[in-house]
Amino acid sequence: MIKVKLAEDKINKIKEICAFFSNKPGEVINVLHKVQGELGYLPAEVQEVIAKELNMSVATVYGIVTFYSFFTMIPKGEHPISICMGTACYVRGSEKILDEFKRQLNIVVGETTPDGKFSLNCLRCVGACGLAPVVLIGEKVYGRITTDKVKEILAEYN
Amino acid sequence: MAKYKMHLLVCGGTGCSASASAQIVSNLNEELSKQGLNNDVQVILTGCFGFCEKGPIVKVMPDNTFYTEVKPEDAATIVAEHVIKGRKVTRLLYTDPENKERISDSKHMGFYKKQLRIALRNCGFIDPENIDEYVSNEGYAAIAKVLTEMTAEQVIDEVKRSGLRGRGGGGFPTGLKWEIASKNHADQKYVVCNADEGDPGAFMDRSILEGDPHSVIEAMTINGFAIGATKGLIYIRAEYPLAIHRLQVAIGQAREYGLLGKDIFGSGFDFDIELRYGAGAFVCGEETALIHSMEGLRGEPTFKPPFPAQSGYMQKPTNVNNVETYANIPIIILKGADWFSKIGTEKSKGTKVFALAGQINNVGLIEVPMGITLREVIYEIGGGIKNGRAFKAVQTGGPSGGCLTEKHLDTPIDYDNLIAAGSMMGSGGMVVMDDTSCMVSIAKFYLEFTVEESCGKCTPCRIGNKRLSEILDKITKGNGTMADLEALRNLAAVIKDTALCGLGQTSPNPVLSTLDNFGNEYLEHVRDKKCSAGVCKSLMKYVIDAEHCVGCTACARNCPVNAISGEKKMPHVINTELCIKCGACIERCKFNAISIK
Ligand SMILES: Cc1cc2nc3c(=O)[nH]c(=O)nc-3n(C[C@H](O)[C@H](O)[C@H](O)COP(=O)(O)O)c2cc1C
Ligand code: FES
Repeated sequence: MIKVKLAEDKINKIKEICAFFSNKPGEVINVLHKVQGELGYLPAEVQEVIAKELNMSVATVYGIVTFYSFFTMIPKGEHPISICMGTACYVRGSEKILDEFKRQLNIVVGETTPDGKFSLNCLRCVGACGLAPVVLIGEKVYGRITTDKVKEILAEYN
Repeated sequence: MAKYKMHLLVCGGTGCSASASAQIVSNLNEELSKQGLNNDVQVILTGCFGFCEKGPIVKVMPDNTFYTEVKPEDAATIVAEHVIKGRKVTRLLYTDPENKERISDSKHMGFYKKQLRIALRNCGFIDPENIDEYVSNEGYAAIAKVLTEMTAEQVIDEVKRSGLRGRGGGGFPTGLKWEIASKNHADQKYVVCNADEGDPGAFMDRSILEGDPHSVIEAMTINGFAIGATKGLIYIRAEYPLAIHRLQVAIGQAREYGLLGKDIFGSGFDFDIELRYGAGAFVCGEETALIHSMEGLRGEPTFKPPFPAQSGYMQKPTNVNNVETYANIPIIILKGADWFSKIGTEKSKGTKVFALAGQINNVGLIEVPMGITLREVIYEIGGGIKNGRAFKAVQTGGPSGGCLTEKHLDTPIDYDNLIAAGSMMGSGGMVVMDDTSCMVSIAKFYLEFTVEESCGKCTPCRIGNKRLSEILDKITKGNGTMADLEALRNLAAVIKDTALCGLGQTSPNPVLSTLDNFGNEYLEHVRDKKCSAGVCKSLMKYVIDAEHCVGCTACARNCPVNAISGEKKMPHVINTELCIKCGACIERCKFNAISIK
């Protein structure tokens, strides 16, 4: 587990977000969405601050963070790559695309490259099934990907 | 839409947006202003037209010209030719795959001929971010009628008589659900719209919210009036940023127009809507789990009863309906239950929206009357199987559904027929597979999904599905035994009987339906250690046929692990020790010289 020391301004930002939601425990999911939007991820130290502000146990907050796949405790890469593994993409060969990304980047799903540039994740349907198989890099959607396009696409970010 | 002479409708659904529809809009606007036509022609970014396969789509009104695969560079031509000279840009028209004729009016395209658009009536026709366009298409007329002419009982009765059943999967009669909620008295009740759309490979609800958000807002208000609730909540996935944005805009506009808030239409009825965001958990689509998630808890389901209609959000009576269910409501109120109940089959009324995907020519969003056959959907609307390959299976109902085969193609689609065939309607995902799909792997794919998404609260689902998925994995690796096939069936039956919520109770369906319909394929994997679809890597070997290989070196150059060797213009060979079976060589070979044994 990565140990993070939170800077004072970050702690204040988290407190501000909690206060925006009136420090209500029922708003914890909204708080987590906002905080992840600010910081990119939700390490243990951040969860501790949130738990304290909302007057909940850290275990409860941790339970929620780990329950929902949208929340992550690992920082994403500068260019997060998400491979669609929805059914439409799967039957059009997304597994091969995933294998190719893994090979090119030399990481497995859920990891970030050592230089922090790319991280690799799977998601289920981005709603562009007509373009299957689909890959998302940051906000950009790449459709009708074939294995030989993978290298080209990665090169765009180098 | 009156003051403009012409409208250019550009699809702004997620698929088309991914292929630059925003750029097309700005290019069109730029061209129009260069020509001084801004006041005569209006460009509108609409919701999904449905024909995602050939996106981005641009439609010209009033002459109904349907341009496909439009690129931002084409904007100038469309303006110069069509707008100014009135000449259609032939090269952008859809080509009929059969007679190769260019079709200009979408009504004549095979894709649209058999469709009937009720829930999607406004998608692709109006600007979803402009409430005036919704209003000018009879929008908010239903709520006006309800609040000024009808009693709550009459509203419920109309919905009951329409025969509308829930489109979120279960198919529970909507009117009956409303009636139950209306009879439970409490100081506060809630109306909840389920926009969690968890079925991977489905995008119906999202398209409705992106293309016609006001219809859902109007329907929820009607629902609120009918059951006596003043608060509405929409639970929407955080993964749908565009739908969220359009809903926020729509709610804001409705409030501004006094269509949400206090004393709507001077009737004394108050109603307002808030958004709640999901965070990526399939089980949160289940209504009790959804309610817990809205309360800020882990989205774990609880035992029913009590049903949400008795004790739901904040322990108050709560009515949960799906997005598509709601989209049907305003038009039922306006056109009447008799009109609606004439469409469909005896026990399934109206239409159903499906997200047609997979190995099919026309991927997209379709709406068809209940009772249409799978064959009509796949071959007439869907245009048949991609690359002329053989049809193998169609999956409906997502992870809770099953795989149907050739013999089911003429079954009329409705709730009960699909269940009888071993699948279910589900929320509307329909994935078509050809002979390159391995059914054991498909079952494994769904089980891996369930294992990942199981909340872990009950043992049959948490452990049982894990075991199912392990056995399937074993079979795909070539280590399966006949006893494993027996074990799959037994375990599946136990999980179905004993799991706590709908997730576990239906999760073995993909396994059972593939065992029933594709039993031979399981046998082939277990007995002959073969996967004829060529998917299970452990069971296959890539070989080059020396007779067909011309030595073009394309495979060797593209092999990522340098497992292929051979002289130029001489047959090549694959070193099976090094081969990682990625399939890159097959994709490259133009001479069909490489096969999987
Ligand atoms: C595991 C599971 C997932 C579900 N996912 C959804 C979903 O994504 N969207 C939805 O509308 N209903 C979903 N449902 C059905 C809901 O529980 C509920 O029946 C539905 O929202 C009721 O609305 P309706 O009567 O209008 O269909 C799901 C049910 C189960 C058991
Ligand atoms: S399944 Fe990949 S975009 Fe829908």
